[in-house]
Amino acid sequence: MERLLTLSFLSTSITLRSLFKFKMGKLLTYAALIILAFFMLLPFLWMVSASLKLDKDVFRFPIEWIPSKPEWSNYTTIWTRIPFMTFFGNSLKLTVIITLLQLCTSSFAAYAFAKLKFPGRDWLFLAYVGSIAIPWQVYMVPQFILMRQFDLVDSHLSLILLQAFSAFGVFLLRQFFVSIPDDILDAARIDGMSEYGIFFRIMLPLSKPALATLTIFTSVAVWNDFMGPLIYLNSQNLKTIQLGLRMFIQQYGADYALIMAAALVSLIPVIALFLLLQRFFVEGIASTGVKG
Amino acid sequence: MSVVTESTSQVIAARGHNRRVLTNRQREERWGFFFISPWLIGFALFTLFPMIASLIFTTYDFTLSVPDEAKFIGLDNWRRMLFEDETVWRSLWITIRYAFLSLPIGMIVAFLLAVLLNSKHLMGKAVFRTLFYAPTMIPGIASILIFVQVFNPYTGWVNRIIEVFGIKAMGVTGLRWFDDPNLIYLAFVFIGLYGIGNTIVINLAGLQGVPTELYEAATIDGASWFTSLYRITLPMVSPVIFYNLVLGTIGSLQYFTVPFVINGGSGYPDGTTEFFMIHFFKQTFRFSNMGYGATLAWLIFVIALVATLALFGTSRRWVYYAGESNR
Repeated sequence: MERLLTLSFLSTSITLRSLFKFKMGKLLTYAALIILAFFMLLPFLWMVSASLKLDKDVFRFPIEWIPSKPEWSNYTTIWTRIPFMTFFGNSLKLTVIITLLQLCTSSFAAYAFAKLKFPGRDWLFLAYVGSIAIPWQVYMVPQFILMRQFDLVDSHLSLILLQAFSAFGVFLLRQFFVSIPDDILDAARIDGMSEYGIFFRIMLPLSKPALATLTIFTSVAVWNDFMGPLIYLNSQNLKTIQLGLRMFIQQYGADYALIMAAALVSLIPVIALFLLLQRFFVEGIASTGVKG
Repeated sequence: MSVVTESTSQVIAARGHNRRVLTNRQREERWGFFFISPWLIGFALFTLFPMIASLIFTTYDFTLSVPDEAKFIGLDNWRRMLFEDETVWRSLWITIRYAFLSLPIGMIVAFLLAVLLNSKHLMGKAVFRTLFYAPTMIPGIASILIFVQVFNPYTGWVNRIIEVFGIKAMGVTGLRWFDDPNLIYLAFVFIGLYGIGNTIVINLAGLQGVPTELYEAATIDGASWFTSLYRITLPMVSPVIFYNLVLGTIGSLQYFTVPFVINGGSGYPDGTTEFFMIHFFKQTFRFSNMGYGATLAWLIFVIALVATLALFGTSRRWVYYAGESNR
């Protein structure tokens, strides 16, 4: 009886203490996140503010955070000054195609590296590890010459081919795939499931956070890619948003208000994508129910 | 030919006895090649092949505008780089020193933020996560304009916030972030922190793989938040931290965009921003030395490769792969 009492006493004091700690922790978490989020938000507030000004007022001091006479017309001008709609479509096309291809090639290769044994795998892995370390500048010029040989310069296909095979993507997915217990796969194999089936019905569903991550990274990288389109695309009707943004600097003198307006508009699809995909970052329980 | 017959006979023989073991292994090999091939073909054609070409470039004195005048000069480019060009070693030192400053800060901040953003009871997760990732999405041109503004000694809000604490920061005698050889690295680290969205997201994804019952067990055993973080979270997400470390190291060695745009690659102030890739860029495109540029690019590749392999070597000791049964 006595022992029971002590026990219950102990447990209440633990819950009270942990409740207090929990509340404090929660409070601190919110405080830290809100302060930091504010700093992260500042550049956007500045962009929004600048995008609603006349160009001459963008850098005026002191900053007028809320313009007294907002220039909403900036948001219509960007569509007429440059073929923004065409650029938008081109960026969208490249982003969707490259992201899908990269998801395929990367997840395939990552599965092979993480979970299958085949002769030469370790050598390939070594080569692949090395390839992550290659600065793009090493092969930039030869790559361009190669594309010229294929007669693919000034086409979307050149960028698609160059960006569909990413060592980063393979590495990223492999790091996640390796953590998925072998036992699950072995069980599926014994049940007669093909590797193809295991890949699609077990690996991919269990790796949703990783796939979401790669989707976000690739999409943002392609959407914001500047050097690739700059080098490979010359025709006006093929150019992408990032090249368009620069047009506000080159052809018409630097019009910062318009750049900011266009940059904000260009952010909408990627932010929407992020919001859509972040829901995959939920408490995953990849290894529950299996002894790892 | 005999190999084929042998393996065929093995299969036939296996049909009788332990068919599953043998065929499974062969099947696995075949599937391995199947899954690897799309990436392998693309990689060989669009990366490996151009790389070999670039290695050949290093033995030429070669300008892109007049490719016909390329002249074979053997290892002259390599000799010049290793023994004559002092900027190589100075810029390499600047780059490595900056990596040791920025990489740990970025990785620790990103990890802690990811842990906070993953807290079970956090409301408005989607909004917070988006906010922390969003700066990463701002197009390059726009973000640079913003940061020049932010660090402006007269009007920037960094100096204004510092003045709130009673320190003289604004004006000519104040903190001139991009003109002071000591402050400029801090400014770069700060700019870098706006780009840690990727690292946060990778960490977040990694945190999803930590089985919740581990934390429950730890709580029952009376482990503190910090102990759980150190004993459970860290080991469980170590594969992802390892990824961040490898890519961070490689990325730091190739640090280019920020110093290039802010100081136009001039190395101002006092040559402190002459990072290795800036030197590479100037040689390749300003002075149009394609051959020498390729040599410089190869040097940074070799250094990055050695660093990567070294990291992989250490990974056996601290990276924990929960899924691997045969270890």
